[in-house]
Amino acid sequence: MATTTAPVGRGAQHALPAVRGRAGFAGTLRSELTKIRSVRSTYWSLIAMAVVTIGLGALFCFGKAQSFSHLPPGAQAHAAANSIGQSTEMSLFGLILGQLIIAVLGALTITAEYTTGMIRTSMTVMPRRSTWLAAKAVVFGGVAMVTGMVTAFASYFIGQAILSSQHINSTIGQPGVLRAVVGGGLFLTACGLLSFGLGAMLRHSAGAIAASIGVLFVAYVLGQFLPADWADHVDKWIPFNAGAAIWENVSAPNMLRPWTGFAVLCGYAAVVLVGGLILFLRRDA
Amino acid sequence: MIEARGLTKRYGDTVAVDNLSFSVAPGKITGFLGPNGAGKTTTMRLILGLDRPSGGTVTVNGKPFAELAYPMREVGALLDAKAVHGGRSAYNHLLCLAQTNGLPPRRVAEVLALVGLSEVERKRSKGFSLGMGQRLGIAAALLGDPAILMFDEPVNGLDPEGILWIRNLMKALAAEGRTVFVSSHLMSEMENTADHLLVIGRGRLIADCTVAEFIAANSRQSVRVRTPHPEMLARVVMGAGGTVRDDGDGLMVLQGLSVSQVGDLAFDNSVRLHELAPAQASLEQAFMELTASSVQFHAGVPGGPGVPGGPGGSGGAERQPAIAGEVV
Repeated sequence: MATTTAPVGRGAQHALPAVRGRAGFAGTLRSELTKIRSVRSTYWSLIAMAVVTIGLGALFCFGKAQSFSHLPPGAQAHAAANSIGQSTEMSLFGLILGQLIIAVLGALTITAEYTTGMIRTSMTVMPRRSTWLAAKAVVFGGVAMVTGMVTAFASYFIGQAILSSQHINSTIGQPGVLRAVVGGGLFLTACGLLSFGLGAMLRHSAGAIAASIGVLFVAYVLGQFLPADWADHVDKWIPFNAGAAIWENVSAPNMLRPWTGFAVLCGYAAVVLVGGLILFLRRDA
Repeated sequence: MIEARGLTKRYGDTVAVDNLSFSVAPGKITGFLGPNGAGKTTTMRLILGLDRPSGGTVTVNGKPFAELAYPMREVGALLDAKAVHGGRSAYNHLLCLAQTNGLPPRRVAEVLALVGLSEVERKRSKGFSLGMGQRLGIAAALLGDPAILMFDEPVNGLDPEGILWIRNLMKALAAEGRTVFVSSHLMSEMENTADHLLVIGRGRLIADCTVAEFIAANSRQSVRVRTPHPEMLARVVMGAGGTVRDDGDGLMVLQGLSVSQVGDLAFDNSVRLHELAPAQASLEQAFMELTASSVQFHAGVPGGPGVPGGPGGSGGAERQPAIAGEVV
């Protein structure tokens, strides 16, 4: 590399523009947007989330359509009568894996700052930590929301197109259907932010991802093994069950109401995010 | 202006920085010296608010670092060239930093040109060599055109060309009236660049003075002579109150007498001299004498710090370029 013998610190043809006030949220938001769009892992994770969620939903719908076509006519009529809620839910069922992939991205968004050492650089250009963490959460939340909505709507319409071959599809105008589909996007966003909070608390990628999978998925699986009289009281509070109430078109009897359940999931996410913020403000970077 | 008052940082039972008080004056290069593990990096992290002090305060331009309106316009820091996301291109790395402080994108292009990375600005930084990574870190520090620059061990691991580049850069930055605060464990490096020195050992400040003062105060003047009659010369020098170290082959290093005194003694006693010269004590020696007791872990380097008469008086910077570096 050529040796620059006469370096000049300014190196500027023009002076920097004058500024008033102080560096704050708006600039940090732009910075975080640049960060998230300038690494490949963002795109891989988001594409994986969409493909897995849509694909799994489509697979379920295909299976359902196949088995329906083999039912005797009397049973078909009975099944079709119950199909609106089930069809919606079925096309969105890929969310059970999609939530884990958005959780990975949520955790990495913050833990990658630590594993790469970037956090030290980030903190020396924006030392106001709550501003920084808030901007990062908003940017990630926004990205998760947009891709989550796209994924949920795509899952729904592709799933219904498959089911329509047997005329057991729902339509977006039917009661509760739009709420369920929009809810799918919101659900992904909340899961991602919960994982982001765990990332801020734990600072290690593997640990944060494992913790998210534990909270979002393992807790749900374990809930399936509880004795029935316990399950009635406990299952609805498990993060996945609470959050999934919003994208299940018909609420199961022991589960929370759609918006109540989603609010509970958001509550968990908020607790973790606040915990992450408190630790982040206290600890050395 | 950086000011520390009673700055202390403890990690459990270990005291990394112990009641440090100093100020870094504007417009010159202040070298921050100490053996590895002396607390230099921790002190810099405390200045930048990365670590919270266990006691005391440190301010930049009169405020805690986190209170600065536009931190990048006041302080540029390079603590660790590897503190980047390797998957991000050089351009995007600098852009995301610039945006936090409202700096225009054209400034990113300017600093990339300044450090000579324009051609690789779209390449991901994980493929960069050590020297290129260092340049990227310096570009980041210069983005906000700050009046204060902090570099932690900037020449570590660089090739001679890279070292020269950094040295010239620091001098140019100081010549523009900026404050440069640079840490190193290599005395020879500071001798070439610094105006002022802060020396620490085991987290404590052990010197705060100019380079010349530091050498004058901390090392004895010595005289280098070569003679075919070493025993005779040794006898007369010791008779006159000097001390002698015989390096063999007729080469001797004398202390306690001036060059002219040695020359007169030799003439008066008819001792033939083939060489007579003052041996300028180097910063390296002075540093090692001062920090010998504060090095955290002695590696037992033969003739190293703490061995009386070890480093000698023979222009140590060239002859023992990196003994301090071996004391880990």
